[in-house]
Amino acid sequence: MDRYRGNAKAIRDLVKGYAVHRDTYVDKEIFDLEMESLFPNTWVYVGHASQLKNTGDFITSKIGHQPLLISRHRDGEIYVLHNRCPHKGVKIASEACGNTGKFFRCPYHAWSFKTDGSILAIPLKKGYEGTGFDTDAASEGLARVRNVKIYRDFIFARLADNGLSFEDYFGESLSTIDNMIDRSPEGKLEIIAAPIRYMHQCNWKMLVDNQTDTCHPMVAHESSAGTAVSVWEREKHKFTETPMAVQLYAPFMSPYEFYEGAGIRVWPNGHGHTGVSGSIHQDYDDVSEYMTRMEAAYGPERARAILGDVRHNTIYFPNIMVKGPVQILRNFIPLAVDKTLVESFVFRLVGAPDKLYERSLMYNRFINAPTSIVGHDDLEMYERAQEGLRSDGNEWIDLHRLYEADEPRDANEVVNGTSERQMRNQFYAWSKFMTLNMDQSVEAAE
Amino acid sequence: MKPDRIVDFIYDEVAALDEMRWEDWLALFHEEGRYWMPLEWKQQDPIMQPSLMYEDRLLLTVRVERLAGERTFSQKPKSRCHHLLERPRVLSLGEDDGVCKARTSFIYTETRGDQLERYSGWVSHHLVDVDGALKIKLKRIDLINFDAPFGNLQLFI
Repeated sequence: MDRYRGNAKAIRDLVKGYAVHRDTYVDKEIFDLEMESLFPNTWVYVGHASQLKNTGDFITSKIGHQPLLISRHRDGEIYVLHNRCPHKGVKIASEACGNTGKFFRCPYHAWSFKTDGSILAIPLKKGYEGTGFDTDAASEGLARVRNVKIYRDFIFARLADNGLSFEDYFGESLSTIDNMIDRSPEGKLEIIAAPIRYMHQCNWKMLVDNQTDTCHPMVAHESSAGTAVSVWEREKHKFTETPMAVQLYAPFMSPYEFYEGAGIRVWPNGHGHTGVSGSIHQDYDDVSEYMTRMEAAYGPERARAILGDVRHNTIYFPNIMVKGPVQILRNFIPLAVDKTLVESFVFRLVGAPDKLYERSLMYNRFINAPTSIVGHDDLEMYERAQEGLRSDGNEWIDLHRLYEADEPRDANEVVNGTSERQMRNQFYAWSKFMTLNMDQSVEAAE
Repeated sequence: MKPDRIVDFIYDEVAALDEMRWEDWLALFHEEGRYWMPLEWKQQDPIMQPSLMYEDRLLLTVRVERLAGERTFSQKPKSRCHHLLERPRVLSLGEDDGVCKARTSFIYTETRGDQLERYSGWVSHHLVDVDGALKIKLKRIDLINFDAPFGNLQLFI
């Protein structure tokens, strides 16, 4: 029996602020509703324009369970299409990216489509005359996603017809994407390689929660970052300078006080970031030539302001994390209630020295790869949680840390950096977007 | 240099891994040795193209010490591994540059608790003679499905 479908109150009751019910992580019906409601109601990142440089370039993506095809048409525009032939439903493109030439062709019956999705040709065309096909939605070709926003090359889409505008949904949170782009002397980012992919047998929200969980690194990563620090202390007399690798690992062992002072900012609609006034990314070596190029591009004052903003992890609700100072975007792709695919992309700062790209690639394989010792620590925790939550001993996940009873739900505030406020913020948004169109649809049915 | 010496070295190297003699294994690496697992087909550059691993002795030492750590929770219980090798193809005896090269087809198995994961591919060795002992300048692992999403891969292929 459905406990949650069409029952907005039951869903809202799962989120108390200071605690959330385990069903948000383990219940299959809740997961199905996330796919049907939460993801379509939100603005979801689906790709980056640099992956579509030439006419006919395409990438595939998903919102919830729905497959998408994003292509560069000959008019220079990017189209976000449903990746489904209007004939039998066959996925038109199966690869992550490629170039289709002038048109897409369905491999099943050779229906072909221009790269804006409209029909180019159907074999045996005469057989459709007088059948009413020309007034059917199928005749329009690959269905277009209507609500698309390309913000400084970042492509977002909202599947639901009604909902918050892109600007209302993200508001000031776009400042993290701005900062990441501005770190290029030319104001341009590009993806030039495949992401690192990593499979997690856990709910997607565990990964999202962990991005702003500042009380875990010094504990869970004692095994990896802690060992890196101790090996380095023993071996450093053999070195003349601190290797980039040590600079990347060591800050993970920063004490609670460091994170407390660094702060967390929350924004409306579930967005937020760690590292408001300092972060684990603040003490990397300067890269020669970089500051010169930045100052030439922006002037000394603005260049310093851009590079001085060292935000740690920014969550764009629901499912991406952006790391501005290291130019990494992690996409937490839900596959099942207990299965999540993580794809971690590195952006190259156009016009910046290669050393920065080298450092970002190193960070990505150190932290976000299935071969990453930091990743091993985290995944172990997620998978143990997914199992532990089966216990009936306690049905609730505790989020009390620095909770205030009158905490506003959609606020722009900076709080103590060890607060669990951003996780609560995500769940306030979760509750809102899970049920956004639910009340209306129930009313319409009555 | 006889080909058998290279072949024997490669079998002995994976024996150290299978028997979890990590310190012995680390000692097989040259001071400037690297362990590389590419993320692209026929990848050329380990640094400016994304790799799954590209590690020097310092980083490999961190991994080895981590495996023994009291608070290394992802190793409770400890993983075990098994290398099944095809006979190595010796590609160079290093007559010109002193670097012996071999390529070996493998099936690698790693456990984690009750789980068992299997990986296939080719391992390439670049070996040099240092004071009468062969040392690893480069160990490169090309997985057939380098682009697939794995779970934790914690030991050494």
